[in-house]
Amino acid sequence: MIYDVRLKISHRYANAAGNGRHIVRVVPKHIPGRQNVLASLVSTTPDPQERVDGIDFFANVTTTLSHVEPHAEMVINMAARVQLSQPLAWLDVSPAITDLQRQFANCRDIGPRSPVHFVGPSPRLIAHDQITSFANNLSDPDKSVAENVIRIGKAIYDTMTFDAKATTVDTPPYEAFANKRGVCQDFSHIMILALRALGIPAGYVSGYLRTLPPEGGVRLEGADAMHAWVCAWCGTGQGWIEYDPTNATMVGSDHIVVGYGRDYGDVSPVIGHLRSSGSQVNDQSVDVVSVG
Amino acid sequence: MFDAQGVLKPVWSTFIDHISKLGPENLSSRFARGDQYLRDAGILYRQYDETLSSEREWPLSHIPVILEEDEWAQISAGLIERADLLEYVLRDVYGDNQLVSSGQLPATLLSQNPAWLRPMVGVKPANDYFLNSISFEIGRGPDGKWWVISDVVEAPSTVGFAIENRMAMTRVFPNFFAHANVHRLAGFFQTFQQNLFDMKGKADGEIALMSPGPMNQNYAEHAYIARYLGLLLVEGEDLIVLNGRVMVRTVAGPKPISLLWNRVTGAMSDPLELDPTSMLGTPGLLDALRRQSLKTLNAVGAGVLETRALMAFLPKIARAHLGHKLMMPNIATWWCGHDAERKHVLEHRDRMMVGSAFSTVPLVADPATNVFTSAFNATHADALADMLRTSGRELVGQEAITLSTTPVCEDGKLVARPMCIRIFMGRTRHGWKVMPGGYARVSAGADAKAFAMQRGGRVADVWVVSPKPVQQPSLLTSERDVAQRDLSSSTLPSRAADNLFWLGRYVERSELNMRLVRAYYARIVDGAAHDTPLLCYMRKGLMGHVDDDIGAMSRLYADPLLYGLHAASRINDRFSTDGMMALRALVDQTRILDGKSLTSDDIPREVSVLLRGITGFSGLVHENMYRSDGWRFLSLGLSLERAANMCNLLAILTKADAPEGALDLALEIGDSVITHRARYAIVAQANSVIDLLGPDDRNPRAIRYHITRAREHIAELPGHASGHNLTDAARQSLILETQLATTRPEDFTPAVFRQIQKDIWRLSDALNDKHLV
Repeated sequence: MIYDVRLKISHRYANAAGNGRHIVRVVPKHIPGRQNVLASLVSTTPDPQERVDGIDFFANVTTTLSHVEPHAEMVINMAARVQLSQPLAWLDVSPAITDLQRQFANCRDIGPRSPVHFVGPSPRLIAHDQITSFANNLSDPDKSVAENVIRIGKAIYDTMTFDAKATTVDTPPYEAFANKRGVCQDFSHIMILALRALGIPAGYVSGYLRTLPPEGGVRLEGADAMHAWVCAWCGTGQGWIEYDPTNATMVGSDHIVVGYGRDYGDVSPVIGHLRSSGSQVNDQSVDVVSVG
Repeated sequence: MFDAQGVLKPVWSTFIDHISKLGPENLSSRFARGDQYLRDAGILYRQYDETLSSEREWPLSHIPVILEEDEWAQISAGLIERADLLEYVLRDVYGDNQLVSSGQLPATLLSQNPAWLRPMVGVKPANDYFLNSISFEIGRGPDGKWWVISDVVEAPSTVGFAIENRMAMTRVFPNFFAHANVHRLAGFFQTFQQNLFDMKGKADGEIALMSPGPMNQNYAEHAYIARYLGLLLVEGEDLIVLNGRVMVRTVAGPKPISLLWNRVTGAMSDPLELDPTSMLGTPGLLDALRRQSLKTLNAVGAGVLETRALMAFLPKIARAHLGHKLMMPNIATWWCGHDAERKHVLEHRDRMMVGSAFSTVPLVADPATNVFTSAFNATHADALADMLRTSGRELVGQEAITLSTTPVCEDGKLVARPMCIRIFMGRTRHGWKVMPGGYARVSAGADAKAFAMQRGGRVADVWVVSPKPVQQPSLLTSERDVAQRDLSSSTLPSRAADNLFWLGRYVERSELNMRLVRAYYARIVDGAAHDTPLLCYMRKGLMGHVDDDIGAMSRLYADPLLYGLHAASRINDRFSTDGMMALRALVDQTRILDGKSLTSDDIPREVSVLLRGITGFSGLVHENMYRSDGWRFLSLGLSLERAANMCNLLAILTKADAPEGALDLALEIGDSVITHRARYAIVAQANSVIDLLGPDDRNPRAIRYHITRAREHIAELPGHASGHNLTDAARQSLILETQLATTRPEDFTPAVFRQIQKDIWRLSDALNDKHLV
């Protein structure tokens, strides 16, 4: 599967802003055996005074841009061609939840993909009683970790309604959970909290979805902006699996990965800082086309 | 104080001898002398909230903690060994993580630790070492053995307060001090300062101390150290990263920083890559560190060493790394992430303290610590067992230690109180050097948990006493050296200039309002009623529709003074101690007046007292302040505010329909009654009043006088001196001055004054854009 991905993010400022500095995480990541980035380009208008390309702790691609001169608008464009491999046939070799904890209790790996980063509270995700008891009521200790992950994800899909107007980027997940409405970020955060409550290491994945479904398929929710889903660690044998609670589906060849993190904060597409007064209007559009 | 046999140690006997000869009255007057010094120096302890009223007197215990040189040498050796070990650990946890991969450190100790900063993993410092300064909190057990209680890398500091305590103590015991062979601190700081310059090397930038700012409880110390060591004091918002270099925004444009003593908590230092809610950091700082264009005294992220749970693993790491155990142990600590340790903590709960594994506050000083000692019962045990089972990975148990005591003076008697000492050390080109003294904290009662000043704990100076005479560099000499460097340096951060500018404006605004209130009540005393036309006109036009009571009116001058004090306290390092004292005294005075139930008769006199005070302050500024850019901004604030206010006053009081007495009032507020009488010998006419207070170039109350001064200051500011092309601010000041000089008195209508007032604020904006933003 080959996709052309285009992203446009624009920030318009009521009064010209200066001394801007942004870190952008929008470029698909190279994942050997799964996702091959054939080409990618990030550009902005106006041109940045300075630009640094880098890789962060979780091995995501970052672009740091600075716009010192006053400007009324900044537009970030990203274009990439990405080749996805067909996922391997699904085979569940994950242990029971109780055995899982033993597997990472003495983990001596602290690299970016180690489960130890994804177990406890993270900056945006502090355990919450309601979500914890939701998870406890659903979990089945006799079933495998992977089955529990899917069960939780499906339950969130069933409970929650997709509603782009119900939450903002800073709405705490328990609030979205209480109101039963939200977007992919909320669905994913709730699922991560639920999995961590069960002792399953879980992280946040940001990325893109193909805009139009293959013939006969259903158009997926969240395709017109950057998307998010969940990764869960299912033991040394199984490793990481990915599940999209917004669409109640295992992640396959419709999902293009940009970054992994403990929560949204680690992979937010644009983190910025600038000097401005007055309001700011942000806009984002995404287009993912299959080209073969 | 006593050795194991209960005999007074020799270092103490001479001291006890000395104070017992002084007699109680003499002693208490000496103590008072020390306290006075601290008050004068503005050394206060600040409660952690936003109001200035929460500053408390510095709780100095006037009895020092005395240590023999030999004991000191042993302590030093132990701490140097520990500092080297910590350097090794820090290098590893931000490097290739062998401590984790070899099983010496549990991975979750880092992965769950907010102080371990992921973006710093793999970043090598531009200088050779991760750690170049560190403090340790140590305590002595009843057996005389010293323990490390906590490793203090970035949180509270030690140095400034230790120096101030020492300065106060030399005033309490001047004669004793001269002959007692007490090691001096100054030599250490000269070496430390030299090391900062060595570290900076040939790089072209400044050395700056980055502080979280005046809302932080340690700000006074940051300002003090900066002034003492000749460093530039900056806050996160002063800095900007341009082309990978950290620059300080100054009135002369951005200037590079090459060495930063970072006193902002690591996680707060860059909102782009670390805590995004931080208002204290600088976006892009980490980028500069990655590019090695900036050196920091301690690596950003070094705070991870303060993690309590680390103490559980350091002894083993030491044995593996050094091949022997640490000379000075730390308090026995168990991380409850494993079954064996959980069991141990539970079984020995009667002498355990239990608390968060990741907190960086020492357990003994943490109000959140659970102590299971003495009256524990079955419920306690269950509660603890439950906590350990559900969140063991996030908990540590630490042995509840008994600390030995030091004497303090309470109600004229010496009593023994538990104490611990904080010791500071810095890396020099000859290795680690330990400050020969320290900052002791003494508990308020027999309970070792009452160290916190909030709970009445006190602080004491630490004397290291030698059997031989010691070398005597004076603290004051080095202070003079530093002062000279400071003045020659032209780097004035924009924020500091902005605060000075506003200080000038606020003080001037307060003065004007004092004059208005005094004039108002002088008329009341003369029998006028609050509803006479002139007084109504004053309240409405000149005093912001204020209510006709003294409480409301006094706020007109008290509030700006308080804002002025806020502005001044943000530039502690650039504003004289005398100036601060005068300002503080003024604010206190306005408060006293506020609380009094005054009769109208008293008010003019009381306000006159305040006016003398504020004039004294202005005099102090003009007579004592070095003619630096900072002084110019202060002066500019004052002149522009005064000129604009005079425009407002004249626009209102020279109106054709102004009530009777308006022109006399203008002369009175403009402090020009006598001059007017001498010059015009007639009753006040609109023309004569305008002539004296508008275009006059010799009356320091007149608009033109201050516009001329402003123009002269602007011409001296950086970026204005060269060539014939004027900056906006210079052009506008020249136009204004010309207009004032060439307009005929009869042409100064209220509308013209309004226009000039607007132009003055435009000039202020132009200054702001050029230098302060």
